[in-house]
Amino acid sequence: MYDIKIKNLTKMFDDFTAVNRISLSVKRGELFGLLGPNGAGKTTTINMLSTLLAPTSGTAKVAGYDIINEKNQVRKSIGVVFQDPALDTKLTGRENLEFHAMMYNIKSNERKRRIKEVLELVELTEKADILVENYSGGMKRRLEIARGLVHKPKVLFLDEPTLGLDAQTRRHIWDYIKKLNKEEKVTIILTTHYMEEADYLCDRVGIIDHGRIVTLDSPDDLKDRLGGDIITLEMERVSNNFVNSVSKLKFVKSTNIHNKKLIIAVKHGEKRIPDLINMALKSKVKINSVNLHKPSLEDVFLHFTGKTIREEESSHADRFREFARRRIRR
Amino acid sequence: MTNLIAIYVLWLREMKRFLRAKSRVVGTLAMPLFFLAFLGIGFNRMSMPGLNGTDYIHFLVPGIIGMTMLFTSMFSGMSVLWDREFGFLKEIMVAPVDRISIVLGRTLGGVTTSVIQGILILGISIFMGFKLNGLIPFLLSVVFMMLASTTFIGLGLIFASRMRDIHGFSLIVNFVIFPLFFLSGALYPIDNMPSWIKIFSYVDPLTYSVDGMRGALINISTFSIAFDFLISLLFAALMILLGAYSFESSESI
Ligand SMILES: Nc1ncnc2c1ncn2[C@@H]1O[C@H](COP(=O)(O)OP(=O)(O)OP(=O)(O)O)[C@@H](O)[C@H]1O
Ligand SMILES: [Mg+2]
Repeated sequence: MYDIKIKNLTKMFDDFTAVNRISLSVKRGELFGLLGPNGAGKTTTINMLSTLLAPTSGTAKVAGYDIINEKNQVRKSIGVVFQDPALDTKLTGRENLEFHAMMYNIKSNERKRRIKEVLELVELTEKADILVENYSGGMKRRLEIARGLVHKPKVLFLDEPTLGLDAQTRRHIWDYIKKLNKEEKVTIILTTHYMEEADYLCDRVGIIDHGRIVTLDSPDDLKDRLGGDIITLEMERVSNNFVNSVSKLKFVKSTNIHNKKLIIAVKHGEKRIPDLINMALKSKVKINSVNLHKPSLEDVFLHFTGKTIREEESSHADRFREFARRRIRR
Repeated sequence: MTNLIAIYVLWLREMKRFLRAKSRVVGTLAMPLFFLAFLGIGFNRMSMPGLNGTDYIHFLVPGIIGMTMLFTSMFSGMSVLWDREFGFLKEIMVAPVDRISIVLGRTLGGVTTSVIQGILILGISIFMGFKLNGLIPFLLSVVFMMLASTTFIGLGLIFASRMRDIHGFSLIVNFVIFPLFFLSGALYPIDNMPSWIKIFSYVDPLTYSVDGMRGALINISTFSIAFDFLISLLFAALMILLGAYSFESSESI
């Protein structure tokens, strides 16, 4: 049973393709992550799935309804926490929730009960009756998450739910999200560019880059695909000979050069380090440092895109927007 | 089709924001009050052709109420831009509420707050020497206020739907709102103006609202009240339909 079925979804802005023929399905009750750098097309995808933006081509079904022809049914079934703040700061927290509940046609008694519940969930009961303009960034975010839940959506979209929050609040929100998914059986799609977030929360992760899904699997399987451990040799100078002979070794699953680092995926890395160092000595390649670690999603990202996510972000002209946005969130 | 609860809650939001923004309300009322005070006192002793014997302050009050409708309603229609800027528009647009109800809720809220401000101006002008001749003239003037307000909320929505952000706002104020104001005969009788300007006055919806209110409040008007009412009603219906259409066909984020 799928709550989301996306087929060849595409969005073009003039002749720029922001989302490029994405296809994927999300099961009911799944916690699915879209992981990608700034400008990858995450928000554009969410905007299309939540009926705010018309796709250029392709289609999708959300909670069984078509996002183009059954907009109202889709809207009834989903909750959205947008990336950018979307609160009325001249209303109190409770009034924001009441506005929302009434827009979703929840009757008075049920409304009061639900609002009380979600306020407790995000621990804002005491601050419920002050104006949102006096909330901190983290409180605003929690209120938005509470609002996304008031009407008990079947599918919840969270667009970078922890962007710009401190580590403690982030942990907190992660725990809510997990609990929600487990206890209330809400299907959740979240976008993030934090590796740890995707790793910690998601049942499956789709890595999105330049509008395309480059790979999709559970975090563990993604990491397994790299084939064991990651050894990083920092070379004084890149020697193609050496790199070539390393990649030809039987136990080496894949190699990747990044800056002056040779990144090698192998099984039982601790046993292979001596061999590699010996080879380097023979080829007269000076090694400055050696590092061995279990693969993280960062390594997966590097493997599939040839770049680290930070580089993607700083190379992207959009980083300016990010700045502006964080400022607004304060 | 329409969703009464959604209309109500959108109206309620406008009311709460209005009641909380006291300083903003004082700010928007200040300009018409200054116009009323300075022009009223300054020109009161002068005789202007076309006033048919009334003093200037009585002539001016309906015009200043019209001005208040024009400004507050245009701003209210264009407040969609602020909602877009502050992200709240997405919260409204993603809700399972048809676009017509959204426009109706906002319009009702805008009309209510504008008319309250118009009535405030009328009340204050009584302290400045304006004589109100009973309840019927008052109620008639409120009808004209509501029609004018609806018209300009619709016009504001049309502009807001065509604009991506709030940067063009001052252009609209200078090149749309002020000309509409000066051409409407709010400050001086249009009968005295050159005929090429009169043509513009005749297509300005505010002309008929101000003239209708003059007819109702001081019994002096260029057209008959019935005619003013009819034209105002047509303008209101046309503008709100066009406004709703523009809003519906614009990208929602
Ligand atoms: N309305 C628009 N008009 C033109 N281009 C747009 C528009 N919206 C988004 N884009 C472009 O589409 C691309 C994808 O943007 P999107 O916001 O979906 O990225 P994202 O993955 O959410 O990034 P971030 O992590 O910064 O939120 C970007 O290059 C962006 O500049
Ligand atoms: Mg985004």
